[in-house]
Amino acid sequence: MGKYLKRKIIIYLLTFFFAVTIDWVIPRFMPGDPIRTLLSRAAMRTEAMDLLYNYYNKVFSLDLPLWKQYVNFWVSLFKGDLGTSVYLFPSPVFEVIKRAVPYDILLLVPAILLSWIAGNKFGAFAARKKRLDNTILPIWYVITATPYMWLGILLAWVFGVVLGIFPISGAYSFSMSPSLSWEFIWDYLKHWILPFGSLFIVQLGGWAIGMRNMIIYELESEYSRYMEAMGAPAKLIRKYAFRNAVLPQITGLALQLGVIVAGALATEVVFSYPGIGYLLLQGILNGDYFLIQGCFLFIILGVLIANFFIDIIYVIVDPRVRRGMSGETA
Amino acid sequence: MALKIKDLRIYYQTLRGDVKAVDGISFQVKDGEIMGLAGESGCGKSTLSNALILLKPPMKYISGEVFLNDKKLPIDNYEAMRANRFRGVSIIPQYAMNALNPIRKLKQIISDLLEHHGESFVKMRDMIEERLKLVELDEKVLDLYPIELSGGMNQRMVMVISTLLNPSLLLADEITSALDVSSQKAVSKMIVEFRDRKIVRSVIFVTHDISILYQVADSIMIMYTGKQVERAPTETIVKNPLHPYTKLLISSLPEVGIKYSQAPLKGIPGRPPELLNPPEGCRFKDRCPVASEKCDEEPPLVEIEPGHQVACWKVGAIDD
Repeated sequence: MGKYLKRKIIIYLLTFFFAVTIDWVIPRFMPGDPIRTLLSRAAMRTEAMDLLYNYYNKVFSLDLPLWKQYVNFWVSLFKGDLGTSVYLFPSPVFEVIKRAVPYDILLLVPAILLSWIAGNKFGAFAARKKRLDNTILPIWYVITATPYMWLGILLAWVFGVVLGIFPISGAYSFSMSPSLSWEFIWDYLKHWILPFGSLFIVQLGGWAIGMRNMIIYELESEYSRYMEAMGAPAKLIRKYAFRNAVLPQITGLALQLGVIVAGALATEVVFSYPGIGYLLLQGILNGDYFLIQGCFLFIILGVLIANFFIDIIYVIVDPRVRRGMSGETA
Repeated sequence: MALKIKDLRIYYQTLRGDVKAVDGISFQVKDGEIMGLAGESGCGKSTLSNALILLKPPMKYISGEVFLNDKKLPIDNYEAMRANRFRGVSIIPQYAMNALNPIRKLKQIISDLLEHHGESFVKMRDMIEERLKLVELDEKVLDLYPIELSGGMNQRMVMVISTLLNPSLLLADEITSALDVSSQKAVSKMIVEFRDRKIVRSVIFVTHDISILYQVADSIMIMYTGKQVERAPTETIVKNPLHPYTKLLISSLPEVGIKYSQAPLKGIPGRPPELLNPPEGCRFKDRCPVASEKCDEEPPLVEIEPGHQVACWKVGAIDD
């Protein structure tokens, strides 16, 4: 176990290092100049502009050579300093992200987990009945192939514009301010349901198809056949098959996490939901290096931590992985 | 009689028509008898044994009756058969090495299987450990996962599990096929031991290897393309076979003391006919050295002497 964990942690640290480096490089290769964007908001004379430009360049340390910027970036990262946002000047990026993160967690964690659980259950259920399977499978194919953004717009149009049941923008009404009152929670949930729904539905189809295929495969396997020959009830055989079929789904979850986060970006943009995705878009539009870096850093951390958890869960549920750890293989 | 089968027909449904894998088989197995069931691959021997315990599509029940201990066995009724599986009829399947779910502990698998037949693992634990000794497995394996055992150990584990409820009839389907010669002998001996200790009442030992049957079986039934061609006590089948197919089959086995560089083994020329549209009459006639016009009619199964039945018009007509 210790050896396995050590190797995993080294791999994760390396991944983190490269991901963060790329995260640092990409904004700097973007066209546009964040300071100019910031200053262009204020109409002023050219001399004053140049003066301010040089001043701000120093403030953001953008006048230093690139390698020095890179080293400074790592140093301040370890101090927990992500820089100052240009777009929301002078708020520190850390503060900006801290405000957005709760909305992301409350949106993403339920959407990912519930769609995974429900997709597995539905998939396993449909695999039992041929007729049900034949009718539902095409629907799932359509659902899983739907782009997040398109489904989001569709839901917003149907429930927000045509039916007028749910609000289509923001995380809460403009008249409210975040507080722990029933009124606010109710308002929050009304804003939450459509972005959640669009994330949930698209992922559900994928998980259900995966589970259905795995269950059919497991029910045809030799151990299922042997149990059948020994007179075991169908329920027990299905229970065994489910447990085996869910293992690749756990791997699938780890692989899908990155995609889901990207999907969340599109959804947040559609619903103007004040999560990381929405911030990121604003950061990109304003050429805000530090905000972009901060958002990506959060996404990188989130995906890596979730993957690490899944790795550990896998060790617990699959004895084959546990066994591989003590040997040289795996 | 432990097992009595009358005119059993099991076909496979395919898009091109029915494949007549078991086509009108009748035989009996006595209490305490180990019957060997031999034949080329594709002759229907595995179909026959599977049909007796788990008959499901693409297998299709056509006709016939099966009696186990004088009670009718509802092999064509999947649900009614459930109570008979494991306790009445049990099987050591051909795929025994992969028959256990790799990610469940063995004691969990056993206890789940027993529970639905009203037994408990805890109460039977002593007996299980005793049986494990019989097949030379340590009781510690119960706490292991099937992936932690070798193929042979898994197979022996399946032998123990399949016989836990002391079934009346045990179907041993090609259990020696994937083993080396010494393991073959050990496994065969274990089956005999099971019978001698009255753990199982009677056994159908399916194999294509007659030399193994010679060591374990009390009687041997030879099948050819879904039909039985000869049934006799082991000694008779080996020393004095009557059906031309059996004769050729026996003569293609190597014998000790003969140098085959001088007289190569002959084998049987030709191939078995397709079971989709088997030829009229005797199905062996195209490969048979003594076939005549008479063979276009189907030969009946005739009892030549007590316990020795042959289906051939030319019984006793050829001598080597």
